[in-house]
Amino acid sequence: MLPDSEIASEIASPVTAAVRPDPRFQHGCRVESITRETPDTFTLVVIPDAVTPGDGVDVHRFAPGQFSMIYVYGIGELPISISGDPNLPGRLVYTVRSVGLATKQLVSLRPGDWLGVRGPFGTSWPVRAAHGKDVLIVAGGIGLAPLRPVIYHVLRNRDDFVRLIVLYGARSAQDLLYRKELAEWGRQPDTQVLTTVDYGGVHWRGRVGVVTTLFKHLRMHPDRTVAFICGPEIMMRYVIAELEQHRGVPARDIYLSMERNMNCGMGFCGHCQYGPYFICKEGPIFSYNRMRGLLGKYEL
Amino acid sequence: METLERVLASHPFFDGLESAYLKLLVGCASNVRFPANAYLFREGEEAHHFYLIRQGKIALEIYAPHCPPILVETQEEGDILGFSWLLPPYTWRFDARVIEPVRAIALDGKCLRTKCDQNHDLGYELLKRFSNIMDQRLAATRLQLLDIYASRF
Repeated sequence: MLPDSEIASEIASPVTAAVRPDPRFQHGCRVESITRETPDTFTLVVIPDAVTPGDGVDVHRFAPGQFSMIYVYGIGELPISISGDPNLPGRLVYTVRSVGLATKQLVSLRPGDWLGVRGPFGTSWPVRAAHGKDVLIVAGGIGLAPLRPVIYHVLRNRDDFVRLIVLYGARSAQDLLYRKELAEWGRQPDTQVLTTVDYGGVHWRGRVGVVTTLFKHLRMHPDRTVAFICGPEIMMRYVIAELEQHRGVPARDIYLSMERNMNCGMGFCGHCQYGPYFICKEGPIFSYNRMRGLLGKYEL
Repeated sequence: METLERVLASHPFFDGLESAYLKLLVGCASNVRFPANAYLFREGEEAHHFYLIRQGKIALEIYAPHCPPILVETQEEGDILGFSWLLPPYTWRFDARVIEPVRAIALDGKCLRTKCDQNHDLGYELLKRFSNIMDQRLAATRLQLLDIYASRF
């Protein structure tokens, strides 16, 4: 197990100084493909311009959990988590839910269209803290997107980890992301993938119930489990309660992704301030130890 | 009967239950099987049993006029299904339809109620355990009602 100081350092500095891009510089990127995942969610693959003037860094190098600021030309900028494989260079993958003006424009782009990308920004999932342990991924809704790079990383470095467990809850069957991949991951050795939906349709033959109901199907080893959680804050609160109070997983082994109104990506504008933290700079990935006193606070 | 006792003893729901109580429960237990699309029970019927699901999957559904059944929740291996046998008027509030063939242990509610009336310690033990299940289901239902994956969150 890594000492706490090393874990903190891994979270705080996911990208080495040598490849840290200028956070103000916007890289031109071309849309390679856009795929509909669910009725309102799309995955874009974008290719950074090969010759980027300015800082000369690889804009596509990122750590699992980091995000980019994506500029939809003429509309505005928005933070989107990178959902691709950190080991596949040259492609940036974003899964976007179309809910506002900018995201609607973003998902209506076509292959060959251009957009601007700043980043990557933020802290990353501390995958090294899970070396030699079980990795428990708990995702809700589009929260699976920022966790997918962790799954890719674990599957690519299988010997570094013991079991991989993915618990995924969505609103309904048609809202499940990455359905083919979920099935494929579930077939890997020492990997357990359980999905559930809040509302089952007439033809749905899977589970119906909230994501916390999946825990009863697990045989957990709390002393060797590291949990990575991403989803609506309410969901994360319930999941943390289940992990801490009923499963005995210590707070230091629980990590979550906080996402709140990130606007500049550099900790300047203050829009994402959450208690003493700027989510875009000191987050979005936090140890639950640091969030314990803040999560669920009415004033925040 | 020994097999049933072993199965009951190994289920988390009966964790720590005195063996004397377990023996009483076995007297009310039986193995049951249901094929796909069969109903374990239907809304409004008298609630005679609860089930310890050993295999398979069950959909708890509510029927509404002019629309398909509304799937509220699924239950599967390891789950305890049903507590309407415990509380008056002892009638089911949902339909329980088999999605995948079910193997279960059915515990006779009438038999259990009689034993609980005769032995309040057993009754209290069971009530504590079922209260825990009710609490978990209530919390899960509230979370489900929040519709947390809607865009407002």
